[in-house]
Amino acid sequence: MIISIASGKGGTGKTLVATSLAVSLKNKQKVQLLDCDAEEPNDHIFLKPDLDNSEAACIAVPEIDNEKCNLCGKCAEVCAFNAIAMLPQQPLVFTNLCHGCGACSYLCPQKAITETKRGIGVVEWGQAGGIDFVHGKLDIGEAMAPPIIRQVKKHAAKDGVVIIDAPPGTSCPVVETVKDSHFCLLVTEPTPFGLNDLMLAVEMVKDMGIACGVVLNRAGNGDGKVLEYCQTQNIPILLTIPLDTDIARIYSRGITLAEGYPQWQQDFSGLFNKITEMVDERNRCSER
Amino acid sequence: MKIAITASSPKLEAEVDPRFGRCQYFIIIDPETMQFESLENAGPSAKEGAGVSTAQMIIAKGASAVLTGNCGPNAHQALSAAGIKVITGVSGKITDAVENYKTGKFQPADQPNVNAHSGMNK
Repeated sequence: MIISIASGKGGTGKTLVATSLAVSLKNKQKVQLLDCDAEEPNDHIFLKPDLDNSEAACIAVPEIDNEKCNLCGKCAEVCAFNAIAMLPQQPLVFTNLCHGCGACSYLCPQKAITETKRGIGVVEWGQAGGIDFVHGKLDIGEAMAPPIIRQVKKHAAKDGVVIIDAPPGTSCPVVETVKDSHFCLLVTEPTPFGLNDLMLAVEMVKDMGIACGVVLNRAGNGDGKVLEYCQTQNIPILLTIPLDTDIARIYSRGITLAEGYPQWQQDFSGLFNKITEMVDERNRCSER
Repeated sequence: MKIAITASSPKLEAEVDPRFGRCQYFIIIDPETMQFESLENAGPSAKEGAGVSTAQMIIAKGASAVLTGNCGPNAHQALSAAGIKVITGVSGKITDAVENYKTGKFQPADQPNVNAHSGMNK
């Protein structure tokens, strides 16, 4: 089962939930954690995996054979990202603008375009005390996270529980991360900012047809609007984590909640059981 | 010979638009005869690569120089590769810019003078 952890708002506790969920389940079943927050991956800080394996993360960019090119301009015309300019003498490729969609090479009437690889980061993986760990690290200054996210997700195990930590927001990198999940856990906080971005995230997962539930983090501050919203939208709050200086203290030392306060492992196991029930229920409904 | 000037409106009385890729209009003008045409630029609505697509349009128009406020790296590379002189740091009235160009007051910029995305949200 694939569970992705998203939020809309940044800093709500996706990493806290992802790492503690993985730690709480690892003695019961096969667990894999994919950190897809490729611009700022930090699950490894908490889980300290042995990252013995790595591969370059690449994007396919066009290489134009000027001998074959007849300057027809089709490639520049079909490029949705303006990554090719057709000059009077030759085409000019801006690989930094290229999304690697392949339209230019596919549609070139002269078959003058081949694809070459441009490195945008690295995918690393290894064991973290019984957790199968994978993350992607996008190079500084690179704009395109979805290709590296796709590459991280290629490592997803076919069995067991796959937990995917998503980037914040609701744009392409998040959609790419959450896509194909059986369930999306939305981590939020009870503030107007948390609510605003939770609403965006709920819209996103609804649009994608993925079941979701909420983890309310730092409960006890802010207001009651998130609870109200979840009730009216019929979105279950599956776990509540209080605003607590003890939790903040261990977390700021790079210790997961489930390890710093092991009594939380039961809560995270309970969270997983609720997710499993919701996914099973949904599957039964779709079979009918 | 024609030169392209980024403009705030389609009229000759317009001011120079400080942006290249995301400028509102272009005045394409012959500095000798002052005959001109104005073009609306699709760049402001482009999600990405506004500099490249705008450069492409200017190349197709056959201009030999571009007068603008700022020009980023992608647009500069495309224009230069097509042999178009890029003159940055131009402001004020279009007509004054043309006059200054004619009297040789401008030096082409051999490098972009701003980073990519500088013209967004302005």
